[in-house]
Amino acid sequence: MAALAFRRRPAVWLGWLIGLAYVIYAAAQLDLSWPRFLLGLDNGAKFLDRMFPPVIIQPDTMAKGLLESLEIALLASVLGVLLSLPIGIMGARNLMPWWVSTPARTGVALCRSFHPVIVAIVFVKAVGFGAMAGILTLTVASIGFIGKLFTEAIEEISPKQVEAVRATGAPFVSLLSYGVFPQVMSRFVGFASYQVDSNLRNSTMVGIVGAGGIGGTLFSAFQRYDYDFVCAIILAIVAMIMIGETLARWVRRILDVDAKSGDD
Amino acid sequence: MAHGLSIRRLEKSYIAGKPVLHGINLDIGQQEVVAIIGPSGTGKSTLIRCINRLVQPTAGEIWFQGQDLLTLSRRGLREARRQIGMVFQEYNLVERLTVMENILCGRLGYMSAWSAWWRRYHPQDIEQAFALLEQVGLSGLEHQRADSLSGGQRQRVGIARAVMQHPKLLLADEPTSSLDPKTSVEVMQILVDMGQQLQIPIVINMHDVVLAQKFASRIIGMSGGSIVYDGAPGGLSESMLQAIYGGETWLH
Amino acid sequence: MTEPRMPLLAQAPGTAQLAPPRTWVRFSAAERAARWLLLVVLLAAVILSIRHVEVIPEFLWDAPAQMHDLLSRMWPIDWSFYGPGVHQPLIETLHIATLGTVIAIVLAIPIGILSAGNIVRAKSLNLLARLILVASRSVNSLIWALLFVGVFGPGALAGTVAIACRSVGFVGKLIGEALEECDIKAVEAIRATGAPPMTVLAKAYWPQVAPTFWSVALFRWDINVRESAVLGLVGAGGIGMALDTAMNLFQWDRVSLILVAIFVIVLAAEVGVTQLRKRIL
Repeated sequence: MAALAFRRRPAVWLGWLIGLAYVIYAAAQLDLSWPRFLLGLDNGAKFLDRMFPPVIIQPDTMAKGLLESLEIALLASVLGVLLSLPIGIMGARNLMPWWVSTPARTGVALCRSFHPVIVAIVFVKAVGFGAMAGILTLTVASIGFIGKLFTEAIEEISPKQVEAVRATGAPFVSLLSYGVFPQVMSRFVGFASYQVDSNLRNSTMVGIVGAGGIGGTLFSAFQRYDYDFVCAIILAIVAMIMIGETLARWVRRILDVDAKSGDD
Repeated sequence: MAHGLSIRRLEKSYIAGKPVLHGINLDIGQQEVVAIIGPSGTGKSTLIRCINRLVQPTAGEIWFQGQDLLTLSRRGLREARRQIGMVFQEYNLVERLTVMENILCGRLGYMSAWSAWWRRYHPQDIEQAFALLEQVGLSGLEHQRADSLSGGQRQRVGIARAVMQHPKLLLADEPTSSLDPKTSVEVMQILVDMGQQLQIPIVINMHDVVLAQKFASRIIGMSGGSIVYDGAPGGLSESMLQAIYGGETWLH
Repeated sequence: MTEPRMPLLAQAPGTAQLAPPRTWVRFSAAERAARWLLLVVLLAAVILSIRHVEVIPEFLWDAPAQMHDLLSRMWPIDWSFYGPGVHQPLIETLHIATLGTVIAIVLAIPIGILSAGNIVRAKSLNLLARLILVASRSVNSLIWALLFVGVFGPGALAGTVAIACRSVGFVGKLIGEALEECDIKAVEAIRATGAPPMTVLAKAYWPQVAPTFWSVALFRWDINVRESAVLGLVGAGGIGMALDTAMNLFQWDRVSLILVAIFVIVLAAEVGVTQLRKRIL
C-alpha cells in the first residue's frame, strides 16, 4: 500500500498544482484582489458594528413574517409529502407500465430542475405576491426531492416479498401496503423529514423575491439600512431552524418506536 | 372435478425457439403429495410457477377448479390464486412485518384493501392464525419481526401463511433447499401434515431425492424440460435416476 | 366474501369454544395514543395555517392567464443575447461556485477536526466547532449573499464568500462525522510508532476519510453551482445579475435564455460529477 502511494505521487502532485493554478486564475477573473478583501474586512467591521446589538425594530412585522414562514413550510411540506407518495409510486418502473412511469419521472425531474428562488419568481408572477407563491414553490421542490428518492427506493425493493404477496391473490393496493410499503416506509419518512427541514430553511428565503415569509421583512430592513434589525431577524431564523430540527427528532422518535426495530 | 389439477400441453419459452418446458401433460389427484425432481435448469421451478401464473406460460392449458387458469382475467386470476397456497425456497416473508401480519397475508385475497391497510382482521382469522402458529410450533412469536427468525422458523411461517388461504392446492418451490437436513425433515413433515388435514394435493419441487422418496406418494422426474418418470417413490431405480440427473458420482 | 369458514385446524384439548378468541393489535395503547396525538396536532396546525395564510382567490383563478401571458412573452428565446450578456456571467458563476467550494473545504477541515470527539478531546472545543457548523448551515446562501453584498459591495466577491460560508457547515459536519467513524485500530497502530500528531492525521485518518471527503466535496460543488446561479438576484455576481436586470427591464425573451443557460449548466455539472464519481470513487 505504501509503495503504491509513492508511485502515485507525481500524478497527485500534478493534480494539486493544477488545482492551485485554477484557484489563482479564477480569483483573478473574479477580481478578488487582496486589497479589495482587506477593504472588505474593514467594511465588515463597520457592518458588524452596525449590526450589534440586534434590535427588534418592528416586533409585529417580524412575528408576522416568522409565522408566515412557518405556515408556508408546514403547508408546503404536507402538500408535498401527500403528492410525492402517489407520484413516487407512479414513477417506479418495477410497478408501473412505461406510459405511467415515464411522465411521472419527467415531472419529478422538472420539479428539481430549477432553484427554488427561480420557481418562486415564476409563481409570484402567476399567483401574485404572498404566501401562496411560497407554498407552491416549496411544494414543487418537495415533490422533486422526495418523489425522486422515493421512486429509487421502490425500484430497489426485494421482488421476492412482492411475489409472495401477489401469489396470495391480493388486490393491487394490498400488494402495495404489504409487499412494497413495509420495505420503503422508513426511508420515505427519512426523505420527508429531510425535506421538511429544507422547506423550513427555504421558507425564510423565498420572501426575498416576494413569495411571503420573513425573507421579505429581512430584505426591507436591509434596504432601509436597519442592520441591527437584520441581525435580529437572522438570529431569529437560526433559532427557528434549530427548534425545527429538535422537533423533527422527537417526531421521528414517536414514529420509529412503532416500528419496533432499530434504525434501518 | 376428478382431478385437483390438470395440465395439458404446457409450454414455456423465455427465448423464442428454445422452450424450457416441452408440452407437459400432468394430472394431479384430489389428495396426494407429488414431488418433482430433476437437475437445476430443467424447468421444475418454471413448471410450478406456471401453475399460479407467476410465470406466464407460452402455450397450453391448466385446469383447476373447473377453469383453465391461462384464460382468466386479472380478477379471475386473483380469485384463483387465493385458492393456491405457495411456499418459497427463500421463504419470501415480508421482512419488516411481524409474524402475525405475515401469516395473515394469506387472507389478503379475501379481504378488502381498506381492512387490510388498517389491519382490521376478522377475529376468527386471528384466532386461526394463533392456532396455526401453535401447530407449526411457533407459539409466542406473533409479535416478532420476520427478519429476526431463523430459516426453519421463517419457512414455518411461510407454510402457515399458505394454509391461511384455505387453499385447494399447495405449491412448494424448493421449500427445504435453504435449510439444514434436520429442519428440512421437520418442515417437510409439517407440509405433508397440512396437506392431509386440508385434504388437498401438494406439489413440491425439490432436489433432495431421498427426502422426496420419504415424504411423497408420487414422484415426477423431469429432464430437459419434459417428464421422464411418473410413478411411485419405490420405482425410482438407479438407472432411472441416472437418466434424470446424468452421472453417478453424486448419488452417494 | 361469504365463503364457508374452515374448521380450526388445531384445537388444544379443552379450549375449543370455552376460551375467548385471542386478539392481536398492531400498536400498543401507548403507541396508538402517541400517533393520534401527533395526527391531531398536525391537523390542527394545518387547519390554522390555511385559515391564517393570506390567499387571494382572484389571483389563483387568474393564474393560468398570467402563466400564459408570461410564457408567450418568453417565447421565442433571444439566442443572440448569449454572447454579449450571458456567456461571461455564466463563467463567472462557475468560478464563484468552484472558488467558494474550495475556500469552504479549506476552512471546513480544521473546524471538522475540532468537532470530532475522537481527535480533539476538549468537549468545549467540540461544541464550539459544532455551533459554528450549525450556524453556517442555518442561514441560507441567499441571505449570506445579501449580508456580504452589504460588506463587500455588489459583485463576485460577495457571492464567493457567501457560498463559502454556507458550505463550511455542510462539508465540516460530514467530515467530522466521517472522522468519528474511523477505525480506531489503524490509528493506534500509527500512534504506537511514536509519530507526531500531524503524521497520525495524514497517515491514519486521511486514508479512511478520503473517499467520503471527495464525495462530499463533489456533492457540495454540484449544489453550489445551482446556488451560485441565483445569488446575482441580490447583487452577488454571476448569471443571477443578468437575470435580475432582464426581469426588471421586462425582457422576458432574454429571461428565458438565461433560464435555459442555467438549466444547461446545472445539468452539465451533475453529469460531470456523476462521471467523476465513477472514476475516482
